Amino acid sequence: MLEIRNLHARIADGREILKGIDLAVAAGEVHAIMGPNGSGKSTLAGVLSGRPGYEVTEGSVTYLGRDLLALGPDERARAGVFLAFQYPVEIPGVNNMYFLRAALNSVRRARGEADLDAGQFLKAVRAKLKLLEIGEDLLQRGVNVGFSGGEKKRNEIFQMAMLEPRLAILDETDSGLDIDALRMVARGINALRGPERSIVMITHYQRLLEHVVPDRVHVLSGGRIVKSGGKELALELELTGYGAYGDAA
Amino acid sequence: MSRPATVKNAETLRDVAGEGYKYGFVTEIESESAPPGLNEDIVAFISAKKEEPRWLLDWRLDAFRHWRQMAEPHWAKLRVAPIDYQAATYYSAPKRQNAPKSLDEVDPELLKTYEKLGIPLNERAALAGVAVDAVFDSVSVATTFKDKLAELGIIFCSFGEAVREHGDLVRQYLGSVVPPGDNFFAALNSAVFSDGSFAYVPPGVRCPMELSTYFRINAAKTGQFERTLIIADKGSYVSYLEGCTAPQRDENQLHAAVVELVALEGAEIKYSTVQNWYPGDAEGKGGIYNFVTKRGACRGANSKISWTQVETGSAITWKYPSCILEGDNSVGEFYSVAITNNLQQADTGTKMIHLGRNTRSTIVSKGISAGRGQNTYRGLVRIQPKAENARNYTQCDSLLIGHKCGAHTLPYIEVRNPSARVEHEATTSKISDDQMFYCRQRGLTQEDALSLIVNGFCKEVLKELPMEFAVEAQKLLAVSLEGSVG
Ligand SMILES: Nc1ncnc2c1ncn2[C@@H]1O[C@H](COP(=O)(O)OP(=O)(O)OP(=O)(O)O)[C@@H](O)[C@H]1O
Ligand SMILES: [Mg+2]
Repeated sequence: MLEIRNLHARIADGREILKGIDLAVAAGEVHAIMGPNGSGKSTLAGVLSGRPGYEVTEGSVTYLGRDLLALGPDERARAGVFLAFQYPVEIPGVNNMYFLRAALNSVRRARGEADLDAGQFLKAVRAKLKLLEIGEDLLQRGVNVGFSGGEKKRNEIFQMAMLEPRLAILDETDSGLDIDALRMVARGINALRGPERSIVMITHYQRLLEHVVPDRVHVLSGGRIVKSGGKELALELELTGYGAYGDAA
Repeated sequence: MSRPATVKNAETLRDVAGEGYKYGFVTEIESESAPPGLNEDIVAFISAKKEEPRWLLDWRLDAFRHWRQMAEPHWAKLRVAPIDYQAATYYSAPKRQNAPKSLDEVDPELLKTYEKLGIPLNERAALAGVAVDAVFDSVSVATTFKDKLAELGIIFCSFGEAVREHGDLVRQYLGSVVPPGDNFFAALNSAVFSDGSFAYVPPGVRCPMELSTYFRINAAKTGQFERTLIIADKGSYVSYLEGCTAPQRDENQLHAAVVELVALEGAEIKYSTVQNWYPGDAEGKGGIYNFVTKRGACRGANSKISWTQVETGSAITWKYPSCILEGDNSVGEFYSVAITNNLQQADTGTKMIHLGRNTRSTIVSKGISAGRGQNTYRGLVRIQPKAENARNYTQCDSLLIGHKCGAHTLPYIEVRNPSARVEHEATTSKISDDQMFYCRQRGLTQEDALSLIVNGFCKEVLKELPMEFAVEAQKLLAVSLEGSVG
């Protein structure tokens, strides 16, 4: 599904943030990425999704056999790459539901599927809302406008559930959630899990991984993946912290 | 090896849409023009061409004498290249033997032009529920659905025809809202206007279709000065629409129109404009100078006038559709979207003059600036001493795209009655890179993302437009912003 080789990227001021990332995620797998603040996790998510402001100086990213870095951000999205934002963006005046329908139809068109009419769309929305226990009132507001931190994160998962991506990258979707919201988010992620899809979860906490059990856990520190292991690695980190990996930078 | 993470970041909307100004073509048609320049002889020439009665010639000459004494206004926040009024041509008409009596007699070249513009004049193909008066250069070339409207007593025709057939009505109302000496451009228009549209809706009649005028400037070096007069008699209702385009030419062309609306007791006029004059090229070359005076009088009690405008074209827009709220309980509304991209400049807004008791006005202005565009909202709310319990609500929002454009909000509020309640809200926002990225990450193209955000910003205004045109206006907004993000 996704193969990252020796990926180096820098930001506008020339500072190199990613210093040679190697990571392979097979179809059907769930990988967790953990690591200290400022180690480059969001930068990696940004580079994979095509966020402006980063320059790739070395390395390659292959997604479903294609050169991912050659695609614009919207082309990547239409090819099935979804990023749940660490900080979801507010778009005043744009109705959340209307936004989602525009997004879904553009993704569907790229998959060779027909647009959903208003009725079909509403039906699909209701099914997902039920799964995620989200109230309909959220849909009639501006995109993320006035949403609480937790509501924003739920909305990201709701969008993911609707768009059904092949590769979902979740950047700290579990941060700032209460216990019920965390369970709901986990349910959304687990519902997406399947042999055709891959999920990369960036997280600081073991508790999400209790609900969504990862196949692999990686530690990103100083712009490199310094350790990889099975799900027990997350538990180990919870006890020992990142001290042992701090010098990688 | 060095490669940006997003190779396509540099793609512009122009690449995506590849559209540009769609209406820039020129129609090859033989026309008859006055010699360039402006003097009493030219005014008399125009009046004679139109076989006008003496009173109208005198009215024009009076306006011309006013105009000669007046100076161009320079208070607007606009940089305008000097206009040589003696170099322009003040009359140009498609040449033909006699005025067409029916659509079958209209020059096929002209019909084709309007078809290309998406305004079929053939009644069978015409937009359902819209009667169109097509004005080409200075002359009305066709009016559709006239007979159907006549059955209800509604008069909808070219201004010239109105002068001939309904002279008393024209004489009674012409200049009663915008006097000939009102301002420099209105005076110029009053002297040289050559055609336009006229509508009269009799008492108690609800006009069953949209009345629409479609203005087209074709000839080079020609100003367009049309005159619109709409009268809604007691208890009547009419919705009126105005659209405009012009060929793409390198020199600036002057457009100075006057629109007068009169709403008698209990009448309502809804006037919508989708202004898409040629805006000039990306370097600011060419484009229409749009200096327009639009004003409505709510003369009777319980009357209402509502202006909705979507201003996307023109190199320069100078325009303040206004309401004079004379009748008690009368209502004035102004809903506006103005876009400036590249080097376009707009200084637009409204005046709400409250004279009667319990008069209410609402102003919603949405200014969008992109490229190096400059957008100014200028609005006056005046509450006169006799206007007990007058209310005004004003909302002015500006949206900036990029960092080389400008937005300015200049509200003037004059309250001369202590019972008045006047509210003003203003915001300025910017489309952020994060918003664009968020939309694109959800699969929307840059073009769709921009259009979504801009339409969201304008939706309170767009919802005021008649359905058929709301869709058109949305597309137009997207095209107008081509190349503004990249
Ligand atoms: N666009 C940017 N402009 C300036 N600095 C940036 C930018 N993006 C990332 N950085 C810097 O790069 C480093 C890595 O940031 P990144 O957001 O990837 O960390 P992170 O691992 O996601 O941290 P956290 O756990 O706090 O979310 C930080 O020092 C950050 O300040
Ligand atoms: Mg982060």
